[in-house]
Amino acid sequence: MNLTFHRKRISGILAVLPARELSFVEEMKNYNFPEERSRKLMEVMGYNKRRIVEPGVCVSDLAVFGLRHLFEKGLLDPLEIDALLVISHSPDYLMPPTSNVIQGRLCLKHDMLCLDISQACAGFVIGLMQGFGMLTTHGNIRKVVLINGDIFSRRASSKDRSIYPLIGDAVTITVIEQDAEESIIHANVKMDGTRREALMIPAGGLHLPCSAETAIEQDEGDNNPRAKNHLRMDGSAIFNFVQSEVPPLIEELLTTAGVSVENVDYFLCHQPNRFMLQKLAEKMNIASAKMPNNVVENFGNSSGATIPIAAALNLSEQLKHGESLSCLVGYGGGLTWAAMLLRLGNLKFCEIVDF
Amino acid sequence: MKLLSEILQEIRPEYDFSSSSDFIADGMLDSFDVITLVTALEKNYSIFISGTDIVPENFQNLQAIHTLLTQHGVQV
Repeated sequence: MNLTFHRKRISGILAVLPARELSFVEEMKNYNFPEERSRKLMEVMGYNKRRIVEPGVCVSDLAVFGLRHLFEKGLLDPLEIDALLVISHSPDYLMPPTSNVIQGRLCLKHDMLCLDISQACAGFVIGLMQGFGMLTTHGNIRKVVLINGDIFSRRASSKDRSIYPLIGDAVTITVIEQDAEESIIHANVKMDGTRREALMIPAGGLHLPCSAETAIEQDEGDNNPRAKNHLRMDGSAIFNFVQSEVPPLIEELLTTAGVSVENVDYFLCHQPNRFMLQKLAEKMNIASAKMPNNVVENFGNSSGATIPIAAALNLSEQLKHGESLSCLVGYGGGLTWAAMLLRLGNLKFCEIVDF
Repeated sequence: MKLLSEILQEIRPEYDFSSSSDFIADGMLDSFDVITLVTALEKNYSIFISGTDIVPENFQNLQAIHTLLTQHGVQV
C-alpha cells in the first residue's frame, strides 16, 4: 500500500539505552554450542556487545527517563505534546496502555491522545505513518511523540542461542511535527498474517495464557531450550522473508517517488544482524557506507528502535546540521514490512543517552 | 582452493557429509551453519551468493551445493 504525506517532518531523535553491557564472548558458555562455532558466528553476524536492562525495568522506565532528559534540556516542551504513540510488543501491562502509563508518570496534560500499537521490528516506520496521519487529519494535533522500544531480554530464553545473543533492549523517542517547508514523504507498507508464526511469543495472550506449563523450557529439536512464554524466531523463514520481500518493496517505493537508489543518501534499515544487512545491500547494489549495519555489534537488536539508533549512532552531527534523502526500512513480526522515503535532517537533537 | 567436503568438515567436523542426502533434516546443518557455509563458499570460491539463494533446498546435500556452485561459475 502506497501512502503519501505532505509537510511533515521528524524534528528530533533520542535513543535511551540501558547502561548494562553484556559481551558475547563472556556469554558463549551459556549456550550449548562449541566455542569455535560461536566465534565464527560472532564474526559473520556481528555479535559483540549488547545492552540489556536490569531486572524489573520496563519500556515506560526508559521512556520516562528519556522524556525527562528532553524536558530538562529544554529540547521538548511537555505542554506541546498532543499525542503520545508507543510502538512495542513488550508493554508494561496488558492494560492500561503503556502510553497512558508514561503520560501519568510524567503528569502530562489531559488534552492529548495516548495510543499503543502492537508492532515490533517494523514499528518505527509504522509509527511514523501513524503519526504523520494524525498530524494530517487532526488539526489539534501539532506535535506527536513517537516511542519505539522493546525489552525482549525479559521475554527470551537465555539458553536460546538463536535469539538471545542478539537481543538488545532500548527505547527511542522521536518527535514529529508539521513542516513549514513544502515536503513530500512517500511510504509503502505490506503485511502477511499467514506467516505470523515466524516470529512469535506463543503464550501470554488469551489464546494461551501464561501458566506453570508454558514456563517450562523444552528443547524442540534445535538444541535451544525455550518456553512458550518466550520469544521465538524461525531464523531461516525470517531471513528468506527479508531477502525476497524487502528489495521489491524498496524498488516500488523509489519508483513511486521517482528516484533511483543512487539518489538516496542513506538506507537506514532495521538491524537484525550484520549478515542480513550485507546481503540486502549486495542485492540492491547499495554501497555499504550508505547502509549502516553496526547497531547489533554495539547495542544488540532492539526491535523497532534500531532505525533511530542507527541514525543517532552514525549520522548524529550530519542530521543536526544538514539534511539527507533517507530511506527508512523496517521488517519483522506480523509479518510486516514497510519503507519510507523522506528528507531527514535539521534535527533539534539526535543523540544517545544511557539509562 | 579447498574442496567442498573440506569446508563442510571444518564447519561440522563431527559429521560424515557423504552419508546424508538431507543435511538440514538430519540435523547436520542448522540455519547458523548455513550462514557460516555461505560465507566460507564466497570466500573460498570468490563468488557472491544472493540472499534469495540462501534457502535450505540449496544446502540440502552435496549435489544441491554443487549445483549452486556451478550456477555461480565454479567448476566442481
